Amino acid sequence: MANQPNYQTGLIFRFLFKREVVKLLVWIVPIVAMTVTIALAFNGLYETQEERQALAETMENPAMKALVGQGYGLDNYTDGAMLAHQMLLMTAVVVAIMSMLLIVRLTRADEEDGQLEMLRALPMGRLAQTNAALFVLVITNIVLMLITAVSLTALGLDSIDWAGSLLYGSVLGTTGLFFGAITLLAAQLSDNTRGTMMLGYLVLGLSYMIRSIGDSGNELLSWFSPLGILLGSEVYVNNYWWPILVIVLLAIIIIALALYLQQIRDVGAGLLPQRSGRKAASPMLQSQIGLALRLLRTSLIAWIIGMMLIGISYGSVLGDLEAFLGESEALMEIIGASGDMSITEQFISVLLKIMAIFSTIPALVVFVRLKGEEKKGRLEHLLAKPVSRKKMLGTYLGLSFLTSIVMMLAGIIALAGIGVTVMDVDISFNTLVEAQLVYLPAVWILIGFATALYGWCYKWSGFIWLYLLFSFLTVYLGDLLDLPSFILGLSPYYHIPELPTDQLSWVVMVVATGMALLLSLLGFLGFQRRDIET
Amino acid sequence: MKVLEVKQLTKTFGKVQALDGVDLAVNKGEVYGFIGPNGAGKSTTIRILLGLLKPTSGFARLFGKDAWEDAVAIHKRIAYVPGDVNLWPNLTGGEVIDLFLKMRGVRVDQSRKARLMEQFDFDPTKKCRTYSKGNRQKVALIAAFAADADLYILDEPTSGLDPLMERVFQQCVYEAKKKGSSVLLSSHILSEVERLCDRVAIIRQGEIIESGSLASLRHLTRIQLTIATKEVVPDLDSQPGVHDFKIENQHYVFQVDADQLDEMVRYVSQYGVVNLESAPPTLEDLFMRHYQGSTSGGGGQ
Repeated sequence: MANQPNYQTGLIFRFLFKREVVKLLVWIVPIVAMTVTIALAFNGLYETQEERQALAETMENPAMKALVGQGYGLDNYTDGAMLAHQMLLMTAVVVAIMSMLLIVRLTRADEEDGQLEMLRALPMGRLAQTNAALFVLVITNIVLMLITAVSLTALGLDSIDWAGSLLYGSVLGTTGLFFGAITLLAAQLSDNTRGTMMLGYLVLGLSYMIRSIGDSGNELLSWFSPLGILLGSEVYVNNYWWPILVIVLLAIIIIALALYLQQIRDVGAGLLPQRSGRKAASPMLQSQIGLALRLLRTSLIAWIIGMMLIGISYGSVLGDLEAFLGESEALMEIIGASGDMSITEQFISVLLKIMAIFSTIPALVVFVRLKGEEKKGRLEHLLAKPVSRKKMLGTYLGLSFLTSIVMMLAGIIALAGIGVTVMDVDISFNTLVEAQLVYLPAVWILIGFATALYGWCYKWSGFIWLYLLFSFLTVYLGDLLDLPSFILGLSPYYHIPELPTDQLSWVVMVVATGMALLLSLLGFLGFQRRDIET
Repeated sequence: MKVLEVKQLTKTFGKVQALDGVDLAVNKGEVYGFIGPNGAGKSTTIRILLGLLKPTSGFARLFGKDAWEDAVAIHKRIAYVPGDVNLWPNLTGGEVIDLFLKMRGVRVDQSRKARLMEQFDFDPTKKCRTYSKGNRQKVALIAAFAADADLYILDEPTSGLDPLMERVFQQCVYEAKKKGSSVLLSSHILSEVERLCDRVAIIRQGEIIESGSLASLRHLTRIQLTIATKEVVPDLDSQPGVHDFKIENQHYVFQVDADQLDEMVRYVSQYGVVNLESAPPTLEDLFMRHYQGSTSGGGGQ
């Protein structure tokens, strides 16, 4: 009897599917709900062709292109085109992250934790688990595609027809498939979950960045990004299907390579070489903060580089923005906008807000690591030594605050550095840096909130990511959807004055910082009282 | 008939040579002990046998089939219990046991499964995340022994079990052997190996340094003697094959190489033996001697 690499795939599939189905619905339902809600909102908000054309105007803006992709079908701007422009790329990134997490959970994580070894010692083909994980990936993305297509069509809006909606769903599903495939390949290379995810995020980040630089300037560059290719489908206007075919084909090639590698490698091993480490702990490592820094080293370095890259790509947009505004100066005056400066500044302030939210992520990653350590039972080892809980929490909290500052500086220095060289408007380097750093208290509120959650309701501390997502959506969609200020006000970033247009308000700064400290203090109180989870 | 055969097996991880020409053979109906210090290569060997790792050179065959190529066919006839059982935190122990048995594709004797759960004092309704190490171990043991297998591969199966449960485990191995199954048992609990195993192999630094039946291994070693005589025995400590000589409460206490025993008894008997106690070397003695490296190589060749 020959090698049967696929033996028992069916059984493993049913097992994995049962494990995942609820988690996947928790992703799919909000994704579709958000898409549908926003389609409806656009339809309600931009009723006349004039209103839509005004929005189309902003799509000519290089900063917008960098953020959401190229504009198309702008002559006759429809609800469909608007939806695809504003939402498709962002939703595709969310679907990509969903698929990456799915694949890593079902493959490398099970392998790292040793469950795969238990299964593979049973009569089960070498590829059964990987095959099964791929089936779950494909089914998830097909379901997402169909539900999206059907729900959007069901809205009955003129420009959002079945053909376009099916393509809209397919772009999302294809993105999921492609990044799932990338993650599967990464899982063959790295021998641990963290490394696998990091490789996956690296590809996703580069795809976004290449597309971003390409879309705002050199359009050829966008075709080197899978996201750029997929946006080339021009959903709801031209409905090109070939980008789907190209990416699906690429995904199949990547999957084939991953399956091949899976079949020839040892269980538990990765194909990237492992360096051997130090013989003894360096003096740096022998302290609470040293240990935490060491554990986070790789991801912190990756984030600093990431923030700088985001800064560079947004900074380079500023030059294009200038050129664009120069060309259409006449147009601006006819429209009667309050002068082109305010438009530049308006875009800068959106970019800065988004940068502020991005720099919140690594700060939270640092803090949430403490929860991870607790969950894996490693915190016990430390707390069993003469280390107080206060010191433990303080270490991670302090690092988290510090990270927020470092990340924000990394991003804004890159942005401002590039920005002032390509832009000949009189916004100085210092002004940009200052305008960015005022967001720190808002970031700190999120860190404080995370601490309070961790201290009092450990199980719900993941909620902080939802809050961050919500804050992001208010920035991203707040103006488009004309959201009321009491909803916008739930996000701490909303209250920060937008420099240089607004005046710097020390009251806001002090109050926000005070709130952050208060929330952190609350977290300490809770953490002193509760049980350590195992 | 050989159920398991390993010849000149080597495995390297990067620059590290984990196995360096391992030979093993387990016959049908035999319980085979596999012992060695941490990092000697026991688990690497076992993971090659399971087709989880690919050998660098040499071959590993089970039931005459290649461990890597024919993994699926082989696994239908074996049961595996690792020393570190990792389970899905949100499934119950009972669910995992059923999953494993379903995958093995064997007929499950429900009453036997129930009996095992009772003997192991195991609650199958709890989620795996709440199980202690010993309880996770029981999940794998019950899944292994609830259905017959031709070969049981057990890699430190009792780590984390209390002594009572260890006895239940030993009972399981006896019963499996009675039915004609073979067992490969890697363990650090040497009394367990001594009690259960017909033959033993000792591995050190990726090489099998000793193998054979316990009796034959003992033959190669030293015997502990405690002797009292009427007269003083002259130069006893310098007789051939005598080690660790000391005098305690007017008794001579020493070890003697097994092949010098005859000579030694003849010599002391001239001085009027009033008491002679001899203790066979335990597996532990054997093990210690081999583990402590080649420095103490002066014993029986």
